[in-house]
Amino acid sequence: MKANWSTYPTAGLHDELVGPGGGARAAARALLGYLTELGGTEIAVRQQAAEMAIRAMGITFTVYHEQDGSIDRAWPLDIIPRTISRKEWQRIEKGLIQRAAALNLFIDDVYHEQRFIREGRMPREIIHTSKNFRASCMGVKPPLGIWAHICGSDLIRDRDGTVYVLEDNLRVPSGVSYMLENRQVIKRVFPELFESSTILPVDDYPSQLFDMLASLSPRKGETPEVVVLTPGIYNSAYFEHSYLARQMGCELVEGRDLAVDSSDCVYMQTVDGWSRVDVIYRRIDDDFLDPEAFRDDSTLGVPGLMRAWKKGNVALANAPGAGVADDKLVYTYVPDMIKYYLGEDAILENVPSFRCSEPDQLSHVLANLHELVVKPVDGSGGYGMLMGPSSSKSERAQFAKALKANPRSFVAQPVITLSTVPTLVGDLIEPRHVDLRPFILSGPQTSVTTGGLTRVALRKGSLVVNSSQGGGSKDTWIVDTEA
Amino acid sequence: MLARVVENVYWLSRYMERAENTARIINVNAHLLLDLPKGIAPGWLPLVDISGNRAEFDAKSHKLEERDVVQFLAADPENPGSLYSSLQMARENARTLREILPTEAWEMLNEFHSEFMRELSTGLAKRARFRFLNDVVGNLQKISGVLDGTMSRNASHTFLILGRNLERADMTSRIVDVRSAQLLPAETPELRPFETVQWMSVLKSLSAYQMYRGAVRSRVRRADVLEFLLRNRQFPRACMFCLDQVEHELKSLQRGEPVVDRLDAVRRFMARAPLEALDQAGLHAFIDRLQLHINELHNGIARIFFPKPQISGVQQLSQQGQTQSQTRLAF
Repeated sequence: MKANWSTYPTAGLHDELVGPGGGARAAARALLGYLTELGGTEIAVRQQAAEMAIRAMGITFTVYHEQDGSIDRAWPLDIIPRTISRKEWQRIEKGLIQRAAALNLFIDDVYHEQRFIREGRMPREIIHTSKNFRASCMGVKPPLGIWAHICGSDLIRDRDGTVYVLEDNLRVPSGVSYMLENRQVIKRVFPELFESSTILPVDDYPSQLFDMLASLSPRKGETPEVVVLTPGIYNSAYFEHSYLARQMGCELVEGRDLAVDSSDCVYMQTVDGWSRVDVIYRRIDDDFLDPEAFRDDSTLGVPGLMRAWKKGNVALANAPGAGVADDKLVYTYVPDMIKYYLGEDAILENVPSFRCSEPDQLSHVLANLHELVVKPVDGSGGYGMLMGPSSSKSERAQFAKALKANPRSFVAQPVITLSTVPTLVGDLIEPRHVDLRPFILSGPQTSVTTGGLTRVALRKGSLVVNSSQGGGSKDTWIVDTEA
Repeated sequence: MLARVVENVYWLSRYMERAENTARIINVNAHLLLDLPKGIAPGWLPLVDISGNRAEFDAKSHKLEERDVVQFLAADPENPGSLYSSLQMARENARTLREILPTEAWEMLNEFHSEFMRELSTGLAKRARFRFLNDVVGNLQKISGVLDGTMSRNASHTFLILGRNLERADMTSRIVDVRSAQLLPAETPELRPFETVQWMSVLKSLSAYQMYRGAVRSRVRRADVLEFLLRNRQFPRACMFCLDQVEHELKSLQRGEPVVDRLDAVRRFMARAPLEALDQAGLHAFIDRLQLHINELHNGIARIFFPKPQISGVQQLSQQGQTQSQTRLAF
């Protein structure tokens, strides 16, 4: 069977690879031609080869299951890549760098003068009612004034082709290891394509991450001891923690490996005794970081870590409290932040959003629940949302009640029909909805991953791409069509 | 290198070694039984004694000795020493060591582990068993080979070798102990050929037969076998050889001295034993003490190198440099 793109359905959709009428978009031309030659059966064979490689390489993610506890699942990767032209990517990259700069200026402002608030750009309550605002971070000066060193912003494309930022993940964004491993697997599966087209490489991320982390070290002139702090092997992203530690040549530590002494320095317990730690890439949420400062029932954290950080004896990436800008209500102000702090217009648009905290917007949302998406401001993983068009009457009634009781906790957005990418379903190729999570590193320089992690909703028509909810992934190719 | 990580490497290595030895002794026992006359064959229970888990075994109901023992030793998740449990634990430890282990080794172990779990039920059927267990030994040796061939000689490799050799010394001493207790008395000339067969099986369960023949060029005799398996310094599964390896590795660690001192004492204890003159009871008592010694070596290593519970109260760690292990804090 030959793949036939003229019958591939694109009506009412924006497909990343196939243009209206079945023609290939420029960045996808070589890929689609190649897939057509290969045919459905052979593509399915390659998919199996990819799945075997994933199992053998042990690329897994952990899902928590009520009956069986935590289980390691093979990482779901669909072998048909998602392509973006280099030219378009350059614009997106600029937009992301701009955004990360504004977000970091905003967070630093929140924990110091709060000019943005004092000048009336944002109501004060929004900050003080944000779940991720940490009063104990007030006045702290992290190195370079940067709080969100690693930011994962989710991008989506609507059916008219517009790219929007859907959310910014500033706490412990994950997924970058899968981006890197997806490329390894796809190179094994489609070596021919890498020879014949110009697909930009992704694999220098770990060294960029390491350089950025090392630049934060408080002990200048000494070789910095950088470590990755993980909650442990049962965390859903443990694979990634271990992967990044390995790629950077760092120790992967758990809270119990670390201790803070009376001079407020951090040490790890090594085979040769205690040894000083300079920079911690922490993959534990604020709440669990330091039982002295936050949740005292946390067994994952390190007592005294906040003291050490405030004194500047250790750098934490991301800084505690950075999540204040992760709140989806704060998100609605990002275009204003860009204007305010940088004096520029936002290059990338926000999804138009309704602030339920504002009475007139709330009443509009309540009247139009059936066509909106309602999201909790502090949610992640696609949980706790109302998808208006597919919701039942009683679900809407439930949400209406919750919205009225606690308007600050929700934002609402129009339903965006995410763009699609051809995806293998059995041995047929069908469109499936995708998003894209690039990662932005902010240090002495700001850099963006080449592309990012494309997540795909594997169920037909579904817009939920989260891997914990049956989503898959794709390799993302930034293709230089002019080379 | 983190204290927690070297502990996990150490256990990974012990569990791999334990799994390999368990697979080995089941196969060798099956062969031995084929060579012995029905009435005097020691059966399968000695293997349970070697594993040291007799109480757990006896707590279960039994029908067919062979099937039940093999099931218990190879496939029982409730037996902490079973092949199943050892591989499970080896993989769990390896899972926490992804950033330390060479990727190929992890991939091999991971693949072998899932293959083992998949084939376990069919692999233990009597016809398939020899090959299945032989493959277990082969796979584990392959993984050890990759580790030896690709790991830098740093602290994690040191603990790999420590775990392997302490487990080996322990297992060799158990096999010698249990087997010699169950061997037939060679009092009558008719039984003498069978004594030889049994001592040969002891050697074979440690893959020692060929090396033994190379080193000892006479009939297989109890005294020579004991000497070879306990005190040979060239055969890698002999207790003394394993202890030499442990010493060598400990000397590469900054804080290994106290354990090296203890190790010297253990070797002097071994060298003094009049093996040839020991009767069965004497041998058993000797091996009992040897095992206590090996266990103490483990405790010594654990005390110095493995993680301590978290600090209580405020401590000064900053002077804790590379040379100050003697001023270590009490945690």
